[in-house]
Amino acid sequence: MNTHEIPALQVDDLTVAYRERPVLWDVDLRVPQGVLMAVVGPNGAGKTTLLKSVMGLVKPLAGRIQIHDRPAREQRRITAYVPQRNSVDWDFPTSVLDLVLMGTYGALGWFRRPGEAERERARGALRRVGLEDLEGRQISQLSGGQQQRAFLARALVQEAQIHFMDEPFQGVDATTERTIVELLKELRAAGKTVIVVHHDLQTVADYFDWVTLLNVRLIASGPVAEVFDEERLRLTYGGRLAFAATGGGSVAAQPVFGRLAPDEERKGS
Amino acid sequence: MQAHLEILAIAAVIAVACALPGTLLVLRRMALLSDAISHSILLGIVLAFFAQGGLDSPLVILGAAASGVLMVVLVEFLVRSRLVREDAAIGLVFPVLFSIAVILVSRHTGSIHLDVDAVLLGELAFAPFDRLEAGGADLGPRGLWIGTGILALNLAFLGLCYKELKLSTFDAGLAAVLGFMPGVLHYGLLSLVSLTCVGAFDAVGSILVVALMIAPPATARLLTERLGLLFALSAALAVAGALLGYGLAVFLDLNIAGSMATVLGLFFALTWLAAPREGWLARRALRRAQTRRLAGDLLVIHLLQHEGSPTERREARVIHMQEHLGWSPEFARGVLADALEEGHVTRMDGLLHLKPEGRQRAEKALVHI
Repeated sequence: MNTHEIPALQVDDLTVAYRERPVLWDVDLRVPQGVLMAVVGPNGAGKTTLLKSVMGLVKPLAGRIQIHDRPAREQRRITAYVPQRNSVDWDFPTSVLDLVLMGTYGALGWFRRPGEAERERARGALRRVGLEDLEGRQISQLSGGQQQRAFLARALVQEAQIHFMDEPFQGVDATTERTIVELLKELRAAGKTVIVVHHDLQTVADYFDWVTLLNVRLIASGPVAEVFDEERLRLTYGGRLAFAATGGGSVAAQPVFGRLAPDEERKGS
Repeated sequence: MQAHLEILAIAAVIAVACALPGTLLVLRRMALLSDAISHSILLGIVLAFFAQGGLDSPLVILGAAASGVLMVVLVEFLVRSRLVREDAAIGLVFPVLFSIAVILVSRHTGSIHLDVDAVLLGELAFAPFDRLEAGGADLGPRGLWIGTGILALNLAFLGLCYKELKLSTFDAGLAAVLGFMPGVLHYGLLSLVSLTCVGAFDAVGSILVVALMIAPPATARLLTERLGLLFALSAALAVAGALLGYGLAVFLDLNIAGSMATVLGLFFALTWLAAPREGWLARRALRRAQTRRLAGDLLVIHLLQHEGSPTERREARVIHMQEHLGWSPEFARGVLADALEEGHVTRMDGLLHLKPEGRQRAEKALVHI
């Protein structure tokens, strides 16, 4: 049996509501193994909630989530999650190496401390993100881009089959963005599945081969070449989108935030 | 002398027992909960006195600690209703538990032997008189046994779950994903804080225990950025404060707990002011040095831009620094002295001239602006 016929992620009828407001509505999603997928959609579209549901951090109202054909909660060992950078307190007194070591805690289980083998793996992950010289540095002294790369290294040491990343490009410099993109492509080349909440529509076609368009409901999901077009983007973002044809003939789009209703702007920040 | 040593031993043990969970509270930004818990356990202590006439058995101590946990549960229940924010919920719940305890004590003053002042402020001086005996043999002061027991529990919790506590404090989300149950750790920690408050009330009173829990880690936080060192330093500061405070109390005939808390407060104030990197003085000096460095850049850029131009005679005058750049005479003299000393400018006939090094600096600074 071909393992690639087993989807990396399968979501059926996922509905999540915060109080009476639905954030995700009846989402069905099937992501094959080995793709590098962007999840795009306007602010408040439920992108982060989708990731948190998969990770079991949010309790859905309804729906089934499977990773490699088994319930997601049984597959934590092969799942890695990179939350938004600002979701943690970077003043926490710990070093870069320590931060990355946290990625090994899952495999260690309760009470066992990381040893030299784990430290060696953590150093390997730091090399992959180009932070090997900073392993002893306190995390409070990292730049935004370095913080993001340290977070990525922490996910790498989990040696997962499927990675979920929430806006890894948020507020990072161009060098870091290139490093991260290279890394994501390396992961894909190694057969891993990578699912990334992404904001910059301009780079979707360059960085990703698969895309999910989300706005509370699922608008479309599939290969970038097939589903990432003007019509579906309009469906996703409503009227708030400006389009411009680029030299390559592909569609570049940028949400026009000026037309957001005031309450939506507040929610998005 | 023996009494003094016993009191010092109890104070030191209690100080470490408080500082360890206190460090986690500070890191988790839950310092205020220690205050709320320390008030709430009064109810548990009063009820324990009703039931047993004292806090003699470990079971009664656990029961008393439960009222601290009850406070936390009630607060989280209120917060979850989304009708009240956490700070208000804390402010609502602990005064209720505390006041029930106060009413109970005032209604039954005759029938129970409980001195509220002693519970709130501690009576360490009497601790050596309360002995633990077994089969007629004296095993030492009861407070030392209770303190040591609680210290051992806290050390065991921290030692066993160090990695789990670190992760769930830094990133509760990842802790949950990896199966480390941050909620269980949260309640485990707060139960221990409650228990520690009950155990410490003999020594420092149920309220001043907050000083032992929060002041040492808050002070240590300004001195180190390493987690392991933070725990060690907190413990050391707590012991130093407790011992010094006791010495001061004996010497000046002061309330022991008040004296300890004051010393801990002074430790913090001193560190806040003079810590090597994070202290107020160090930060101010750094800011000033940066400003002066920037002003030096500005000076050479200014000279470079007017170099060889007709306005040079006007713009490069020393007095101009004060007139046009709006610098105070003192600041201008300092910036100029730096530039002369570093060999970036020279002074001739009251005019400033760039040296090659100064020109280089100006060009480099311009690139970065």
